[in-house]
Amino acid sequence: MSTVFGVPVQALLGQLLVGLINGSFYALLSLGLAIIFGLLQVVNFAHGAFYTLGAFAAWFLLTLAGVGYLGALVLAPLAVGLVGALVERTMLKRLGGMDPIYGLLLTFGLALMIQGLLQNQYGSSGQPYEMPAWLSGGYALGFMFLPRYRAWVVGFSVVVCGATWFVIERTRLGATLRAATENPALVQAFGINVPRLVTLTYGVGVALAALAGVLAAPIYRVSPLMGADLIIVVFAVVVIGGMGSILGSILTGFALGLIEGLTKVYYPEASSTVIFAVMALVLLVKPSGLFGRTA
Amino acid sequence: MTDKVIKIGVLNDQSGLYADMSGQSSVLAARMAVEDFGGKVNGTPVEVVAADHQNKPDIGANLARQWFDVDKVDVIVDVPTSSVALAVSEIVKGKNKVLLDSGAGTVELTGKACSPNTIHWTYDTYALAHGTGSAVVASGGDTWFFLTVDYTFGQSLEKDVSDVVKASGGKVLGSVRHPLNTADFSSFLLQAQSSGAKVIGLANAGGDTINAIKAAREFGITEGGQKLAGLLVFISDVHALGLATAQGLRLTSPFYWDTNEQTRAFSKRFAERNGGRVPDMGHAGVYASVLHYLKAVQALGADGDGRAVVARMKELPTEDPLFGKGSIRADGRKLHPMSLYEVKAPGESKKPWDYYKLVRTIPAEQAFKPLAQSECPLVKK
Repeated sequence: MSTVFGVPVQALLGQLLVGLINGSFYALLSLGLAIIFGLLQVVNFAHGAFYTLGAFAAWFLLTLAGVGYLGALVLAPLAVGLVGALVERTMLKRLGGMDPIYGLLLTFGLALMIQGLLQNQYGSSGQPYEMPAWLSGGYALGFMFLPRYRAWVVGFSVVVCGATWFVIERTRLGATLRAATENPALVQAFGINVPRLVTLTYGVGVALAALAGVLAAPIYRVSPLMGADLIIVVFAVVVIGGMGSILGSILTGFALGLIEGLTKVYYPEASSTVIFAVMALVLLVKPSGLFGRTA
Repeated sequence: MTDKVIKIGVLNDQSGLYADMSGQSSVLAARMAVEDFGGKVNGTPVEVVAADHQNKPDIGANLARQWFDVDKVDVIVDVPTSSVALAVSEIVKGKNKVLLDSGAGTVELTGKACSPNTIHWTYDTYALAHGTGSAVVASGGDTWFFLTVDYTFGQSLEKDVSDVVKASGGKVLGSVRHPLNTADFSSFLLQAQSSGAKVIGLANAGGDTINAIKAAREFGITEGGQKLAGLLVFISDVHALGLATAQGLRLTSPFYWDTNEQTRAFSKRFAERNGGRVPDMGHAGVYASVLHYLKAVQALGADGDGRAVVARMKELPTEDPLFGKGSIRADGRKLHPMSLYEVKAPGESKKPWDYYKLVRTIPAEQAFKPLAQSECPLVKK
């Protein structure tokens, strides 16, 4: 059997596929962060907590109301997105025009509160969330067994990421949004309600995080710590891709999933730190990130 | 008593991946032990304080130092996470206080790193290896691949189980070391799968074990004929997995809440104050060790000299509602039988937290490393 640096090609292909799957989570999460930062200049540290809330919303829907996975995929992001819109209206809005560090501190505090409340109530090892029957099982690919659910996650993320990119970069609504961030006074003069647009944007960014949470619930567990464990990695992804770059965060998300997967094969002990090594390297060479615009 | 109060410090993971099997529930266990003892020893009140070591040895060591130097803490209990336990044990020895470890697994606490101030209460990697490890080999699982968490506990557990596997004529085909708190195990499981081993040994704990078991089921590893051996499994892990995923898993524990009248009665009282969650073996160990500590302090009439208190604890036979009768060896090892359990299928479970069925009980003298093999300097002639 042919090998690459001592690892059989078949095994390597399997690892790359697994990396791609993880990358789709990173992409989906960093996409929401990039939108919120790119359009609102808010460093949304509560993103991981909203991801956790998305998973919990799915769990609540199932255990309290009997609403299954597909229903949760629609309802949980809507509900959490509304919470996000409320947060923007009541808290973040008051910080408009101030140094972004205030937004960062506010959202960081929010994240700690959400995580603490959930942990007090539900413990740290989490709640089980069964995989929907029609998505369990999998395909034998020859080089590995691909669980149907993971294939679904990759496909779903690619579609959502593509659609979001399209809306922001290629539609009238997206153009208005981008214009509103460049020159809010002018856009307002055209009769467009800019504050509402800002609330909507934050809500959508948060809903994307919640959507990733619903996707994650059957794979991991519904745990209060799931967001906290992921958020730092996702921030690294956004920094590497270029703060605020939509395309950058999507592509970097997938790429870093792959790099992490390869590290797990060749030097597993470093798999949790490799992303930060890449971040340090990128910041040294191109401080604005791979896809970032230099000011 | 030295300072008009006996202060018990519960030092553990209050917020991370080991918080359910230690955390606030251990604080409750310590409080219940104090209440059940009557709240006072020879008229001196007993107080319980708690802190979060975040599974980091430096943080644990600093907290221990501050507790002893500033807050007049007399005894530290629980301390899961072997690397933290070893660091804290050193400080306790230097300050001549007492460490009653319930949550950590490393056998070094009563081996090379044993101390006249430390008692290791609930379980250790040797007991787990000889419980689950030998049972799995005996049922035909003679080739192993390990998923090992990359710190003292994982390495110690992997070594002990490997020894058992080899001694019973089995083979270890390989292992992979993963970082603590890993969310995604699919890469590691693919490696375990391609090794062709009959058994995948999970030398990890808490959230890591849960994630590994979930991923193994998803990737069709157990259906493909490979078996998982959870080497350290807590009832909170089984709860988080759900019986549908965890059924059939074998595990070793000295305590299960639904064993007899006494354990049930305690667990009922405990669960009422713990959001309905029954005690884990770690919590049981905290309760029992605190109770025995208070008995020893009462008998001795003093709490100031940690070495003397531990010596008295070793002299007195242990007896409590959760572990029954037992004893503490010269190296600091608490002795009690261990049991091998199997996780029930969803249909077999009749009530909340009805998760285990007993496979067999391992007598104390077989469960723990014989004193003759101990590397503990305290017992070397």
